[in-house]
Amino acid sequence: MIEKKHHDFRNEVREFMESTIAPLAATLDDEQRFPGEHMKPLTEQGYLSMLIPEKYGGRPTDTVSYSIVVEEASRVCGSTGIMLAAHNSLGCFPILKFGTEQQREKYLPRAAKGELLAFGLSESDAGSDAGGTRTMALKQGDHWLVNGSKCWITSATRAFATIASARTSESPEDREITCFILDKDWDGYSVGKKENKLGLRGSDTAFLHFDDLKAPLDSQLGQIGEGFKQMLITLDGGRISIGAMALGLGQGAFECALKYSADRVQFGKPISYNQGIQHMLADMATELEAARLLIYEASQMKDAGVPFGHYSAMAKLYASEVGRRVAEKALSILGSVGCLTGRYPAERIWRDVKLCEIGEGTSEIQRLVIARKLLKDLATV
Amino acid sequence: MDFNLSEEDLELKQMARELAEKRLYPIAEEMDEKGETPRELIEECAELGYFGFTVPEEYGGLGMSATTFMGVLEEICAASAGFGITFSVHNSLCCEIIKLYGTDEQKKKYLPAMAAGEKIGAYCVTEPDAGTDIASIATHADDKGDHWVLNGTKTYVTNGAFAGVFIVFAKTDPEAGHKGLSTFIVDADSDGLMVGKAERKCGMKCSDTREVSFSDVKVPKENLLGELGGGFKMAVTILNSGRIGVSFQSIGIAQAALDEAIKYSKERVQFGKPIAAFQAIQFKLADMATKIDAGRLLAYRAAMLKDAGEPCHREASMAKMFCSEMANFVANEAVQIHGGYGYIKEYAVERYFRDARVTMLYEGTSEAQRMVISRDLLRE
Repeated sequence: MIEKKHHDFRNEVREFMESTIAPLAATLDDEQRFPGEHMKPLTEQGYLSMLIPEKYGGRPTDTVSYSIVVEEASRVCGSTGIMLAAHNSLGCFPILKFGTEQQREKYLPRAAKGELLAFGLSESDAGSDAGGTRTMALKQGDHWLVNGSKCWITSATRAFATIASARTSESPEDREITCFILDKDWDGYSVGKKENKLGLRGSDTAFLHFDDLKAPLDSQLGQIGEGFKQMLITLDGGRISIGAMALGLGQGAFECALKYSADRVQFGKPISYNQGIQHMLADMATELEAARLLIYEASQMKDAGVPFGHYSAMAKLYASEVGRRVAEKALSILGSVGCLTGRYPAERIWRDVKLCEIGEGTSEIQRLVIARKLLKDLATV
Repeated sequence: MDFNLSEEDLELKQMARELAEKRLYPIAEEMDEKGETPRELIEECAELGYFGFTVPEEYGGLGMSATTFMGVLEEICAASAGFGITFSVHNSLCCEIIKLYGTDEQKKKYLPAMAAGEKIGAYCVTEPDAGTDIASIATHADDKGDHWVLNGTKTYVTNGAFAGVFIVFAKTDPEAGHKGLSTFIVDADSDGLMVGKAERKCGMKCSDTREVSFSDVKVPKENLLGELGGGFKMAVTILNSGRIGVSFQSIGIAQAALDEAIKYSKERVQFGKPIAAFQAIQFKLADMATKIDAGRLLAYRAAMLKDAGEPCHREASMAKMFCSEMANFVANEAVQIHGGYGYIKEYAVERYFRDARVTMLYEGTSEAQRMVISRDLLRE
């Protein structure tokens, strides 16, 4: 199912990521710094416009290729991986999918040129229960008045605009949710506290606040009341990229452990001679391959236009748990040196990959999505 | 086996819990972020006798059993596992080895100062090329007639920066394999003893971990600890003590993570109800609590066997392997229950998640424990 073009494409992407992205990974983690210097080369490679049609200046590819890019970026730098995933899947996609021609023309060419887009769904009290959003947008004559706060926003400080969900009915019972595209330079739009995180420390995660933000009427994305559905559709695609990210991180940890096991000598021989280590390596490789197949399958289903939401949930669920397990095993193989920061990438990866079980729907939410689909299918047979 | 703790054990555990909640927990996050432990905290704990817990009273200690001490260690680690390791290494390894193998003179010279917290212990076994494979230690001590001369480099030395006493394992007969290994007590102010820079770690960040090197360090003859060539045997025996200690560190971390997860799951409302109302969360909590209890039973069995003077090699390894893996499981689930909040430093589970990791690695990796346990099984 993987075509030769994908194989060749991976080689090209890997070479770029290793030469351009990898050298900075440990520093970004150390200094909690956004990889500003990566933006130009990533843009030139077309990795920030993989979902954008050519007429808006993009370099569109199929979803398997996109997954490969996120995977290969994450293999060397998780912070770069999540930035790519969030910008493409959560920033560009909804504008392309639900936006008017005018909105596409306004945002997508800038996004294709490497200016980042963000996605604001979660709130402090609306996480897994994203429908419980409290941000309000009320129509007042020629504008929407937006008030509220969004949290866990990837690239919050950098993004020139964000997609945000808000309730558009004053009635507390009415869960009418609508999405908006809000520009950073509009009054009332501010970036809040930056999070001090376990991992992905080079990723720019912060709150976004909207205080009496007057958004023009044409900032509305799609139809009134369609916002929640739009968000779910967006996440269906986004989850493939989080799965790809977990896969890349796991792959990075695996390769680190594999090499270490061949180099590290104890009891007069490389530790890779021990069956206990060999079987761990075999499990790691097998689980990574299984995750890879799920991700590529979900990618191809998306491109084929068949329902794939439950499949991307499976891919994300499985890949993120595999990524974490593989990173844990990598640290076990490294022994105590695996706990030292900055010595081997596996330690950073172990901290980075945990996010994949949480972001864009926790594993518990993925299980809920999958189970709902299974039971719904049963009921309709 | 009776797993009930005595009145005294429970009382001391409770006291430790109160101390931990009042003095340690409130500053644990800051200690982690800064990567250091305030000296006053060490002094305060020393005044309570925490640095001579199992040291006999005649040498200035509290003369408590390992079982009693473990309850205290658990409570300290629940608040700050990084601080827990500081005094766990001191008590379970350094004081313990002098207590068990020291001459009366060595005990008189070192234990009172150690019990008072004036001289903190550091334990030097691991080397860059000798981790699980202890017998391949390259540090060597050469007999120069009236003294020994020590050369070599040790890694992962806890308390390296401020230790007063270093327990050092070195080859005294390079030809004799593990029978050529001996143990020395080395004073911190010895010429040629050099302490490297602090290691940066994923967890236990407030504990001090360094490389320590010995360059022509003169060690008096009377500082040989135990028998010449008896180092390997001593290391293995003391490892039991250390492994029981790591078991209780793990239990402390896990219990704290579970407590936080329970609290959070009752407070956090999603879909109109506390997330604790969801079966997926309930089952996680049930699994976490069951594993903690199983670990606690394994760990107390090992501690009680040790106190009774019974062999506890296999039991200590089982406890250490199970408890450390259990702590990683529990901390991971606790982060998962917290969702995004588990990923940031404002919530203690983020620290527990990082701290739990090393419990699977030091005092023998899980793989080393499996080697010990399976060898024991196959020997029978």
